[in-house]
Amino acid sequence: MRSMRLSLKSRRALLGLAFISPWLIGFIFLFATPLLQSVRFSLSNLSVAPNGYVLEFVGLKNVKDALLVDAAFNRILVDSVWAMLLNVPMILFFSLFTAALLNQQFKGRTMARAVFFLPVILASSAVAAAESAGLINLMGDASAVEAAADGGASFNVVSIVRMLADVGLPMAYVDYIVEAIMRIYDIISSSGVQILIFLAALQSVPGSMYEVAKIEGATAYESFWKITFPMVSPLILTNVIYTIIDSFAGSPVTRAIYQTAFKTQNFGLSSAMSWLYTLVIGLVLLIVGWVLSRRVHYN
Amino acid sequence: MAASGTDRMVVVPKSDHRMQRVRNKTSDLLYSIFRYALVIGISFIILYPLFLKLSVAFKDKQDIYNPTIYMIPRHFTLDNIRIAAQVMDYMPLLANTLLFVAMTTLLTAASCALAGYGFARFTFPGSSLLFILVILTILVPTSTLMVPMYLHFRSFDFLGIIRLFTGRDGINLLNTYWPSMITAATAGGLKAGLFIYIFRQFFKGMPKEIEEAALIDGAGGFRTFARIMLPNAISPLITVILFSFVWQYNDTFYSALFMSESPLISLKVASLPAQTNQLVPQLMGFGSNSGMKVDPNYVAMIVDTGILLAIAPLIILYLFVQRYFVESIERSGIVG
Repeated sequence: MRSMRLSLKSRRALLGLAFISPWLIGFIFLFATPLLQSVRFSLSNLSVAPNGYVLEFVGLKNVKDALLVDAAFNRILVDSVWAMLLNVPMILFFSLFTAALLNQQFKGRTMARAVFFLPVILASSAVAAAESAGLINLMGDASAVEAAADGGASFNVVSIVRMLADVGLPMAYVDYIVEAIMRIYDIISSSGVQILIFLAALQSVPGSMYEVAKIEGATAYESFWKITFPMVSPLILTNVIYTIIDSFAGSPVTRAIYQTAFKTQNFGLSSAMSWLYTLVIGLVLLIVGWVLSRRVHYN
Repeated sequence: MAASGTDRMVVVPKSDHRMQRVRNKTSDLLYSIFRYALVIGISFIILYPLFLKLSVAFKDKQDIYNPTIYMIPRHFTLDNIRIAAQVMDYMPLLANTLLFVAMTTLLTAASCALAGYGFARFTFPGSSLLFILVILTILVPTSTLMVPMYLHFRSFDFLGIIRLFTGRDGINLLNTYWPSMITAATAGGLKAGLFIYIFRQFFKGMPKEIEEAALIDGAGGFRTFARIMLPNAISPLITVILFSFVWQYNDTFYSALFMSESPLISLKVASLPAQTNQLVPQLMGFGSNSGMKVDPNYVAMIVDTGILLAIAPLIILYLFVQRYFVESIERSGIVG
C-alpha cells in the first residue's frame, strides 16, 4: 500500500534499483571491497592465520620490492606491454581485413565464417599449456623444443627477410612484418571477437551509400576508405580497448602475480605487483583512448 | 578514372565499352580467385592443428615412426581414445564440468539480463555513475582482485551473519561450487561487465511503446520484463549464453583459484601430460613403482587425444549453434 503513495518517478527508480540489485550487491561485496582491500594488502605484510589473516603495515616496501628486488617482474612487465603494443595493430588490421572479406558475397561464406570463429571457441590457456607440455615430452626438454622451433623457422625467415629487403623496405618494417608472419596463428586465434564486432559494424552500414558511391564512379578502394572505414571507426576504438584488455588477461604478468601469491605465499608483494600492473594498463588505455577518440568519426 | 565514370557511359565508343567489360570481368575473376586462396589458406591454418589431433587420435602405436604417413593413419585404432579417457576419467569429469558450466552460465545470463535491463530503461539517482562502474569492472584485471577474493571465500561470512549466529569465523567455500555460483548470480563472474553492456545496448534499442502498453494493461515491472522484454531478447541471450559457456568451460584462472581440486576439464587438461606419464605404465600392466618409462612419443599421442576429448564437446556444440552465433551477434547490438 505504501508504494501507492510514491510518485511514478520514484517508483520507477526503485524498480530500476531492484533490477540492478543483484549486480549492485555483487559489485559492493565482490568488487569494490576486494579492490580496496587489495590496496591495503599492497601496503602491508600479509600473513595467513588459521582463520583469516594478519596485516602489518609496511608502506611502499612491497612496491619497491616488486620494482627493484624481484628479479623478473620488471622485465616481464615491460615485455608484456611491448608485446601488446606490437600485437594490437596486427590484430586490428587482420580483423578488419577479415571482417571486410567475410562481409562480401561468395559461395561458402557461411562455412568460412564458421571456421574463422572457431578460435573463439577453442582459445583456452589450459589446452595451450597441455600442448606445449606434450611437445616438450615429444622433444625431450624445453630447450630442444626452442631449438627445433628456431631451426624450423629460421629457414623461412631468411628468405622472407631477403625478399622484403630486396623490395627496398626499411629494416624496421621488415622486422615487424616478419614478426607478424611468424605469429600468424596467434594473431588469427586472438582476433575472433574483434572480427565479430567489425562484421556487425559492417552490416550496419547502409547499402545505399555504396550504391551512390558506385554511381558517382568511386572504385572499391575509394569506397572502402571514404565509406567503410569512417563508418566502422568508432568500433576501432572499442576493438583496441578489447584487444588490450584481452592481451593482458592471459599474459605472463598475470601468471607472475598468481605465482607470487600462491607459490611463494607473498600476498602483499603480489597485490603490489597487480596494482602496478593495473596502473600500467590504465595508463595505456588512457593514452590510446585519448589519441583515438580525437580521430574517430561519429555519425 | 573515377571522375570520368559518368562520361564513360555517354561518350566512350561501343568497342571500348566492350573492352572495359571484359577487363572488369577478368579483374573480378582474379579477385575472386585471390579471395578463395586467402579464405582457404586462413581456414587451413585454423583447422590444421585440429586435423592433426584427429589423425593422432586414431593412429596406432606402430604408425608413430612411419615417415611415409602424413595425415591418414595406416592402422586405425580406438586404443588412444580409450586410454586417454581412462587417464582423464572422462565421463564423470565431463558430466561434472557440464553441470557446473551450465549452472554458472544460466546464473550469469539471468543476472546480467536483469542488470542490463535496469541500466537501459530506468533512471535512478547515480544510474549513469553506476554504469561507469560496470565498465570499470571490465577494465580492472582479475588478478588485482585475486588475493582478497581468495581470502574472502576462504572464510566466507556475509555481513558477519555466520559469526553472529554460530560464533565461528565464517565457512571455507574453497573447493566448492559456491564461489563461482555466487559471483555468477551477482553478475560478477567471467566478463560479466561485457554481458551487461551487450544487454543494455540491446534493450536500449527496443521501442518503449511495448512496455508502456504492458504497463497500461496492468503488468508490473518484473512481469513486463519476463513476459515481453526477455522473449524478444533472443539474440543477445544466445550471444551471452554461448560466450559465457565457452569462456567458463575454458577458464583456468577462477577455477584454479577457487576450486583447484575439483574435477573440471580445464584443470584436468593442464595437468594431462603429468597424469599420462604417471598412469599409462599402470594401464599397460606395469606396477606404479616399476620405474617404467613409456615412449615419450606415445605419451604425446595420448596427451593430444586427451586434448581432443576435452575440446570435443565445444566443437559439437559449435557445430549446432554456429549459425545462430554469428547471426545473433550481428543483431544483438554489440555495435550500438
